[in-house]
Formats: sequence, structure tokens, C-alpha cells
Amino acid sequence: MTAPRKKHREAFLLGNEAVVEGALAAGCSFYAGYPITPSTEIMECMAKRLPHVPDGVFLQMEDEIASMGAVIGASLAGRKAMTATSGPGFSLMQEQIGYAAMTETPLVLVNVMRGGASTGLPTSPGQGDVQQARWGTHGDHPIIVLSAADVPECVEMTVTAFNFAEKYRTPVILLLDEITAHTREKIDLPEPGDFEIFSRLTPTMPPEWYKPFEETMRGVPPMPPIGSGYRFHVTGLTHDALGFPTSRPEEVRALTERQFRKIDRFFEDIQLVEHVGTADAEVVVIAYGCVARSARLAVRQAREAGVRAGLLVLKTLYPFPRRHVEPLLRSCRLAVVPELNMGQLSREVKRVNEGHTVVRTINRIDGQIITPSQILKEIA
Amino acid sequence: MAEITQLIHKYLRHNKKFPLVFCPGCGHGIVLGSLVRSVHALGLNKDDVVIVAGIGCSGRIAAYVDFNTVHTTHGRALTVATGIKMANPKLTVIAVMGDGDAFSIGGNHLIHAARRNIGVTALVLNNFIYGMTGGQCSSTTPEGAYSHTSPMGQLESAFDIVELTKAAGAAGVSRGTVYHVKELDALVADALSRPGFNLVEALTPCFTQYGRGNGFKSAVEMFRWLKDSCLPIERFEKLEDRTGKIPLGSFVRRDIPGLETRYAAMCEGVRRKKGGAA
Amino acid sequence: MGRNRVVVYPDWCKGCGICAAFCPKKVFAVGLDGKAQVVNEEACVNCGFCEPHCPDFAVMVIPENDVPETPEPAPTEAKEETL
Ligand code: SF4
Ligand code: SF4
Repeated sequence: MTAPRKKHREAFLLGNEAVVEGALAAGCSFYAGYPITPSTEIMECMAKRLPHVPDGVFLQMEDEIASMGAVIGASLAGRKAMTATSGPGFSLMQEQIGYAAMTETPLVLVNVMRGGASTGLPTSPGQGDVQQARWGTHGDHPIIVLSAADVPECVEMTVTAFNFAEKYRTPVILLLDEITAHTREKIDLPEPGDFEIFSRLTPTMPPEWYKPFEETMRGVPPMPPIGSGYRFHVTGLTHDALGFPTSRPEEVRALTERQFRKIDRFFEDIQLVEHVGTADAEVVVIAYGCVARSARLAVRQAREAGVRAGLLVLKTLYPFPRRHVEPLLRSCRLAVVPELNMGQLSREVKRVNEGHTVVRTINRIDGQIITPSQILKEIA
Repeated sequence: MAEITQLIHKYLRHNKKFPLVFCPGCGHGIVLGSLVRSVHALGLNKDDVVIVAGIGCSGRIAAYVDFNTVHTTHGRALTVATGIKMANPKLTVIAVMGDGDAFSIGGNHLIHAARRNIGVTALVLNNFIYGMTGGQCSSTTPEGAYSHTSPMGQLESAFDIVELTKAAGAAGVSRGTVYHVKELDALVADALSRPGFNLVEALTPCFTQYGRGNGFKSAVEMFRWLKDSCLPIERFEKLEDRTGKIPLGSFVRRDIPGLETRYAAMCEGVRRKKGGAA
Repeated sequence: MGRNRVVVYPDWCKGCGICAAFCPKKVFAVGLDGKAQVVNEEACVNCGFCEPHCPDFAVMVIPENDVPETPEPAPTEAKEETL
């Protein structure tokens, strides 16, 4: 991922500001959004930065639905585009996420999770949107959901989000939490060449041969920007290879299956995790976001106390990294899943567990963080 | 005259299923014709024209024409159109919407598109009803009119699309009908060639879902009603008794550069200042 | 009055009757099959009404002084065969 280290400029940034650095490094040139705590710094920072980026466009829209619409439009016109929001705004965006998934429009959506349903705890952390990120929009659809645990990871995972969106022609959701978004840390600002940057494939065949939703080797058809001479139809209706609406069972099935397959075949590329001392672990903590930071310390302290503890940090939440989780559930006598909700990712862990080991959850929903000692108590 | 039909055929996607999905006598096909003739009259390249449609009968128009076409979600056509126009200002972006689409579910987007004057042409096909879902009242259904969700007559009053869009700040607002096709052609072409947000309201009868329940005997009778009740704004203003009459024509023509133009100017200013300081 | 040719494509016509109702010379009639028929071609004065008013692009009027041309037939096939 990282090329040989060059001299980097350092900066003392919020997680939200680091997202902007990552986005610009990934080639993002379009942002549309609507202010909402605790994601607003992303928007404010974009408003300052994008006018300096060649062809950069920043738009404040009338609501989150419109923001997603504008991002989809910009992406269809060939831009790398993103939006950011939080809880209630995320719910408003769900309809358009379905549209982006159906039309295979690449985009990045950052959702900074806060506490509670509804207005809830707008300035406190939460992780209650995990299942919504996977299943919030209607109907069967593939999606990629990522997370970041600290400020440097905000840069890295935003770049990854853009790369996945472009590579797989899909909306990618990056879940942060209020703690990660509002923690200020010193980071190295990304320089060109630090990250491998992926841009969507565009067609090379003559326009009259081009079929916008055709089956391809990777399952991802090339995508030309609107206005480049490839005229075709984009619709949220189920469509055939040419993009025209269809309800023929065989065409509907082929479309949906390809949309799933294009993600499912590349689990190895998409499912990112970090193993910390899991090789010999008898107890494993499975965590993501700000909770992973507490877990890191807890696991270290447990090791010092003589418990063979390990940590699996999930950077990709969906598609759920079963290939990494399952072996640990088989080899450990206890798995602990701490999260700032009543048990959302632990559902996935339990689903994968199939009775192999004991899965214990730590759930906190009072707007406070899960502390290392809280985790330590469960594992040591 | 044969060239009119031949011309349209040049712009249709013949690998798409024809005839149009619309009911017999539905005016939407006529509006489509108007749109094609206007694009042709302005000499626009097919590659540079984008049709962004919403959901509803009007939304189906997009698939038939050989432009860049995007059939979006219900009410959100203008948001996607805004994204496309800002991303590539060289494109001619046309949002085709129905009355429910543009003024009920998408009403917020419409007033904001007008306020920010994004350089998009909005073509609102007003048939006073939700046609595709089977005939429910919309925000333009006239007071007292019957529909499946106003079986005792619509209690609420209707939006005046022209007045609303005008008040929201649009650069251009006009109204035509599918009976007055030549005038409609001119209004659409004018809207397409002007900067800023320009809206054309096209009255297009829906006999199946609206006419039948409101005392019309046929689609033809609805066209007759358009012929008899609509008149140019100049003549309308001289009328003493305006009841039941609908004015047609161009209501506002303000010279306001599109948001994309103002944005580009702002960015250039920003970069020049930075360059000068360095 | 001239010898204008008036053509209706039956595959596209939906028989709405707009051409029949508004043609000043009563050139059309909607037949029992629910399609417009040209019943009085000689009367056509090429007034320009029917073509842009047909919602289904199903009428074409070829004026007498036009070079005789075969009108493009309206395709009826629903979808292009996929290769
Ligand atoms: S107007 Fe067109 S569709 Fe209607 S009856 Fe005449 S030819 Fe047929
Ligand atoms: S051109 Fe005029 S006169 Fe001739 S058939 Fe059409 S409507 Fe009738």
C-alpha cells in the first residue's frame, strides 16, 4: 500500500479532516452534502478545498436526498464523488443508495455514527448504523461497508473506499463514529504515490458495440462518462444488458446475480482486517471503529497479565469477513465483541460461529466509549 | 411535412419497444416530439444532450430517445440533473418530470433548483394526476376534481406551477399545451437556449386516469378543452371573465447566469488570487 | 388541394382519434380495428396539424411536390437480438 517513505508534511487533523485528505488523494473532485453533526467538518473542509482542485465542485444541497442525487449525477458524468452525513441524514439517503446499487454508480458515502435513534445523542459516539449500512435500502443489493479506527486510518480507508467504488462500480459506505471523527491526531499528509489509486474502466470499443450492463470477466462493465459519445439508458428499473427496463425473469436474475457476483468473487481483495496477536490467541476480541482502540490496549494488558489474547480489527464490515473470523472462532475458547450498540456486528459473528465457541458481547449505548478496562474485565 | 415524423424517427431508439407505453391519446408523446424538434432546431449534438427523468408516466419518456438518458428515482430528477450539470457544464441537461414528481415529492428540489438557478431545463408534464399508480390526486389536481384518493372531490387547492417557480427565482418560466404544439416547440427551444433554470409547464391530458373520472368522454374531448380554455397570456390579460381560462406563453425571462457559470467564475477568481499571491 | 400522400403506421397507431377529430379536411377515420385509417387522402391540404399532434408518431404526410420517397417503415421488433 505505502510506497517508500518520502518526506511528508505533517498535520494535526480531526478524523473528519483526514477524510477530506484521503478523498482528495483518491481523486475526488465533487462533493455534495447537507450539514449534520458530527460529520459537518467534512463538508466545511470540502467547501474550502474543492474550489482549489482542478474542476473541483462543492455543493450544499437542500437535504441529504438531494446530496445523494447530485453525487450520483456527478458520478454518471465521470467524477469521483462523495457525500458525508450522520444518523438521520443517512436514513434519508437510503433510497438513493438503492438507486446507486442498481445502476452500479460508484460513489462514497461517509456516515459518522452518533448515538441513539432519531436525533438521539448528536454529539456522542455510537455504532448503531451497522445493520442499516448493510440493509438500509430496499431490496437485494450488494454493498461495501468500511470502517476506520483512528485518524491515519480515516485517510487510508477513504482512499480505499474510492478505490473499491471505482473498481467494483458500487456505492461504498465508510462508517466512522463521533470519537474517530472528532479526535485530533498528528498524521503525515498523503503525497502523490503514497496510495495506489484506481479509476473506473471506460469502454474502448466503438459506441455502437457498447452494452452498458453487459456481463464481463470481472462482472463489472466499463462505464463511460455521460457526454463522451456513448449514449445509453440508465434506470433504477431492472434492466437488460443495454440498460432498457425488463421484467423477463431470466434477464432480471442475470442482472441481480451479476451485481452480487462482482463483489462476491473478490472477497480477498475487499475484506480488510488487521490481526493483532491472533496467531496463538485463546481469547479474541473482534472490534471496529473507536472501540478497536480500547480493545488494542485491553488485549495488550491481558497479554501482560498472562492471558493469550488477540484482536481482530475489522476494517471491512460488509461483505462480512467470514474468512478471517471463522478460523478464530474455531481456535479460541472465547470471542468478545464490544460495540456501541445493542449488538449489531455481533449478530454476524454469532451467525458465523455456529456453536464453535462462546461469543460474549459488550454493549454500550449511553453515549460513552467502551473503556479498555471494560474489555479487559471480560477477557482476563 | 413528412419530415416532422421522419425527424422524430431519427432520434428514437429503435431497439426499444414501440409503440410508446403511454395510453391512447396521452399527450406525453407529443411533448416528446416537441423536445426532439427543439433539440434539433438548436442543432445540438445528441452526445451533448442529457435527459434526466423522474418516476411516473413522464419518466418513461427518457428511454425512447437516443440521447444520454437517466431514469432516476421519484421526485429526484433535478438533484441528479444538478450533479450532472455541475460536473460537466458543457452538457445540455433536461429534467423531464410529472406534476407529482416535480411538485409533490420533488417540490423541495424544484424550488431550490430555481433558487440556485442551476443551468437545467425543467420540462414538467402536468396532467393533474398520478397516472402510473392508477389515478390519485397530486399537488396540481384542481380543487373539486375527482381521483381515487379524492373520491368526494379534491379539498386542497392546487399549486400554480408558473407562479410558484417564478417566486422561487427561476430565470425563465413558461406554459404550453400539447394542443398548441407549435407554441410549445418554441417555448421548449427558448428554455433550452437560455442560461439559468428554465421551466416549461406542458399541460398534457391524461384521459385514462383523470379525464374519465372528471366528465370527459374521450381523450379528444380533453384536447378540445385545452383548445377552448387556453389562450396566449396577452389575450388572457385582456379578458374580463377569466374563470376557467388558462394563460399560455412565457411568464418570466430573467437574465441570470447558471450556477455552474457563477461557480466556475468563483473558482477562477480563487485560483488567480492564489497565483498572484505566490 | 393536391395529391398529398397520407400514411398511418398501424403498428404504432393507438386509435386515439386525435387526427380524425382535428384534421380540418376529415382525412382520417378510426376504423373498427381501433386504428386510424386514411379515408379521404385527396382532401389533405398539408395543413401541418396531424404529424406533430399524433402522440405516437404514427402519421406521416408526404406533400405532392416532394420527390417520391419510400417512408421509413416503423420498426416493430421489440429488442435487438443480443449477439
Ligand atoms: S393521432 Fe396517431 S395514434 Fe391517434 S388515431 Fe391518429 S394516427 Fe392513431
Ligand atoms: S396535414 Fe392537415 S389536412 Fe392533411 S391529413 Fe394532416 S391534419 Fe389533415
